[in-house]
Amino acid sequence: MNENLKFIQGNEVCVEAALYAGLDFYAGYPITPSTEITEHMAKRLPRIGGKFLQMEDEIASLCAIIGASLTGHKVMTATSGPGFSLMQEALGYAIMTEIPCVIVNVQRGGPSTGIPTHVSQGDVMQARWGTHGDHAIIVLTASNHQDVFAITVDAFNLAETYRTPVILLFDEVVGHMRERIFIPEKGEIPLMERLRTSVKKGVDFHPYLPREDGRLPISDFGGAHRYNVTGLAHDMWGFPSDNPKIVYGLIRHLVDKIQNNVHKIARYKEYYLEDARTILVSYGSAARSALHVVENRRSRGEKLGLLELQTLWPFPYYLVQEKCADAKYVVVVEMNMGQILQSVKVSVDRPERVFLANRIDGVFITPTDIRNILRLIEGKGV
Amino acid sequence: MERHRLVFSGSGGQGIITAAVILAEAAVLYENLIAVQTQSYGAEARGGATRSDVIISDSAIYFPKVNQPNILVCLTQEAYNKFNPIIRPGGLLITETRYVKTHMKVDAQQRELPMYQTVMEKIGEPIVFNICMLGALIGLTDLVKSKSIKKALKTRIPSDFLEINEKALDLGIKMGKKYAGK
Repeated sequence: MNENLKFIQGNEVCVEAALYAGLDFYAGYPITPSTEITEHMAKRLPRIGGKFLQMEDEIASLCAIIGASLTGHKVMTATSGPGFSLMQEALGYAIMTEIPCVIVNVQRGGPSTGIPTHVSQGDVMQARWGTHGDHAIIVLTASNHQDVFAITVDAFNLAETYRTPVILLFDEVVGHMRERIFIPEKGEIPLMERLRTSVKKGVDFHPYLPREDGRLPISDFGGAHRYNVTGLAHDMWGFPSDNPKIVYGLIRHLVDKIQNNVHKIARYKEYYLEDARTILVSYGSAARSALHVVENRRSRGEKLGLLELQTLWPFPYYLVQEKCADAKYVVVVEMNMGQILQSVKVSVDRPERVFLANRIDGVFITPTDIRNILRLIEGKGV
Repeated sequence: MERHRLVFSGSGGQGIITAAVILAEAAVLYENLIAVQTQSYGAEARGGATRSDVIISDSAIYFPKVNQPNILVCLTQEAYNKFNPIIRPGGLLITETRYVKTHMKVDAQQRELPMYQTVMEKIGEPIVFNICMLGALIGLTDLVKSKSIKKALKTRIPSDFLEINEKALDLGIKMGKKYAGK
């Protein structure tokens, strides 16, 4: 038996990947369907010298990891819809103060406490715009355990590269499902370590003065330099400022560092797109049903393809436009009322050719649900 | 190999999900097969309808749920009433005699097994009922080798309870074999 072969839940895979990426501090509050992440982290982290904190709620959880990150740790927390709602204020703080962290949202049905044990993808827009003010954010997802591992490691790498919170938007099916995974060997997936300042102790340090390439070297808080960190608009020393030039520069920096790198941040997989007449666009667990339909129809010679998005935000408009350019129909497969549908419509030249195959009742979308929409589009009736 | 689609159904606390996990894990870790296990349950910690789907195959599995099981296990009346119509024609339906009264014939082999009673008589601990069920399933179908299940039991079950679980598995296998030809 291969020792790297495991048969575990997606939530456990996320834990293993976070540890692989170098996570050494976790704070969280259990909530279905993300609880196993907190549970396994509590088991695993103390054994390897890390710190695990169970907090009083999700607000405190995110605040705790933000603080730990600022002092030099790689951090993560995990939650689901209701907890993610509570985290929105601190999420904005992490964006504004440019503190790297990873937030997992294993989606369940909403709004409010919704349907705790059933699947949904209803938090896509919340992940994008849940916190107030102009900002950019990185949101990643995956549909199978091998990809959950890779994308989780990626989340840590991107958080370090862009000094930003990264949201892992999984869902109940991927989180709870068990399937096989081969845990990669050390070094198989490259890791991005934190960019620390070379400014010596006693020399004036500008914690919020980006380098020319947009990156912002950090000084571990409590270490060599004393500096201010605030959620208020701030100057290069980190002190509050309402100087229009400074505010403008800060907002542009926060947005541009991510939006200008959309090509580097876009992660996706494609299946049979070369000659596809109809393209399914999907993500997360819904992409499994989409792929089921595609493989099935391909075996009958039908020209169907799948574009599986792993980066949801910043939305890769260029990618969807390019990949769907020759398709007669585009069908977005997702478990919400069409939250990615809108972005796909904006991407393509003929938005009237974009349709939605969805499910919003807590039941996992089936290949039959997708086939029914395809039949409608093709004029075959249901 | 033929793709096996299983649905285990019953009530929360009966150990259905654990049994499904052990089966799928045995297939993946010790028989080099591909398997996916998912579950569906209510918000209650105990009671409430529980269902776990397992697909075992030698090729990639994308859609992880089972619409039409070729093996359906029902351990409560509620589960039987709800899921008995979805069984695949020619499949296998396993019910527990103590909890389920079957009321219609389905186009499938029907096996009503006294698993609970056997466990209580021979072991006296209801907690191993689920593993007896798993044994019965293996005895009836040869889905995976009993040796592989035993290996999976060793990693999943706390050592203090291993012996009664192994005993329950053997009881189940024996019962399954007895009913296999009927």
